[in-house]
Amino acid sequence: MGLYNDTVMDHFMNPRNVGEIEDADGTGVYGSPVCGDMMQVQIKVKDDIITDAKFKTFGCGSAIASSSMATTMIIGKPVEEALEISNKQIINELGGLPAVKVHCSVLADHAIKSAIYDYAQKNGKTYKGLEGFDPDADDDDNEEEK
Amino acid sequence: MRQVYLDYSATTPVKEEVLKEMIPYYTEKFGNPSSLYTIGLEAKDAVDKARAQVAHLIGADPKEVYFTAGGSESDNWVLLSVANALKEKGNHIITSRIEHHAILHTCQALEKLGFDITYLDVEKDGTVNPEALEAAITDKTILVSVMFVNNEIGTIEPIKELAAVAKKHNILFHTDAVQALGNVKIDVKDLGVDFMSMSSHKIYGPKGEGALYIRKGVRIPSLINGGAQEMGKRAGTENLPGIVGFGKAAELAETNIDNHISHCRELRNYLIERVTKEIPDVFVNGPLDQERRHPGNANITFEYIEGESILLLLDSFGIAVSTGSACSSKSLEPSHVLASIGVPDEKIHGTIRFTVGDFTTKDDIDYVIDCLKKVVERLREISSVNSKKGW
Repeated sequence: MGLYNDTVMDHFMNPRNVGEIEDADGTGVYGSPVCGDMMQVQIKVKDDIITDAKFKTFGCGSAIASSSMATTMIIGKPVEEALEISNKQIINELGGLPAVKVHCSVLADHAIKSAIYDYAQKNGKTYKGLEGFDPDADDDDNEEEK
Repeated sequence: MRQVYLDYSATTPVKEEVLKEMIPYYTEKFGNPSSLYTIGLEAKDAVDKARAQVAHLIGADPKEVYFTAGGSESDNWVLLSVANALKEKGNHIITSRIEHHAILHTCQALEKLGFDITYLDVEKDGTVNPEALEAAITDKTILVSVMFVNNEIGTIEPIKELAAVAKKHNILFHTDAVQALGNVKIDVKDLGVDFMSMSSHKIYGPKGEGALYIRKGVRIPSLINGGAQEMGKRAGTENLPGIVGFGKAAELAETNIDNHISHCRELRNYLIERVTKEIPDVFVNGPLDQERRHPGNANITFEYIEGESILLLLDSFGIAVSTGSACSSKSLEPSHVLASIGVPDEKIHGTIRFTVGDFTTKDDIDYVIDCLKKVVERLREISSVNSKKGW
């Protein structure tokens, strides 16, 4: 009956990993308030493993839930593995999103990759999963991938 | 859990007195008003009584009131039929940017058929300026349609002045009064309008029922063709219980109008006062002068957070409101009304419409304020934008 399923509602009502990391190793911001959603994801990386992730999101229920789920999915993962996560996997973990809300998962996916990209830039690292990745790419271009 | 309904502009509950009048017309008084035996004639009498009740509420003659299936049908009927009847005379229709979609989307359909539509800009508080209307009129103009009260920001439009401009140029004038009915005193004779759309479910009547006022002497073709119901103007067997309910709701609206307006205004003003005083970074959209605003409407932007999130969290406290955010609409388009009064998109997304009604109490508002504070604070903690960082 609800707008979203129980998992999405849980991640919206009780979002995991909300906040900011003061000495973050990488920060990614994606989206725009003009379009109705903007996410910031920050990560800590040690020995190529993402040890912590935090997010801040301006947006609707599914944008907040997608950010929450995406951060839980990358914590503890090697960077290269985290880069393999697709927006589709975020949707699957959330148990599905309404069709008009799929772009929220794209945003979360992009924000995660942007944070890793920032970390890679600052530390002179290259990752296969970042090949061809443009942190400033348009939201709409990314949406084609779904 | 406690339930607080603050979306009376979306729809209203059917009042007990209304429902009581309706029920017999589903069962023992089920006759077809077109039938000539006793229960048919009784049904016909019931329709006539309801017609008189609705007519009385708006100062019309009962013969000028035609029942329809709702506000949207009434709007479609006027626009499509006037366009069709007067297309030899001209192809220009004037409306405003802040109309309901029943008007805007019908205008878009007419554009595809070759009609020229002027969408008048509105002032900062949503007012359609009669001078702007005057300036938009051409020798091809056949109809002006401006809503009586805006459904999102509550602006009461200067219908009498606007209708006078149209009349001066011999142009037909329609107003969509769906949000005005029962909330503003209406006298169609004084207003000088040719057509007026109405809906039952906004005034504590049943859904699926509405009416169109057509001024005596004005003729337009039918939209729904078939039998001779509604004086040959609107075919289809009457929604008898719906019409009876609408009639009773109109009668109650007329009796209660002064109390209704003062009750709603008091609670609405209290809500706005507390929200603007107790929650930072908020602003009210629409007219601040209560004489120029729907008595129950409060439209408030909460900066740095998004409306669907606010709506969902309020819903978790049992509170029902609506939002202008794109994220809550199936089209993903932000509110055209808020855009028309100059609210930037990022702030439209954080806008909530509260509408109070006859069953709202001061206690309800106190509960809503308590919950609202928690919701706004929580979402601002999560948000990637804030008053320090800015947008």
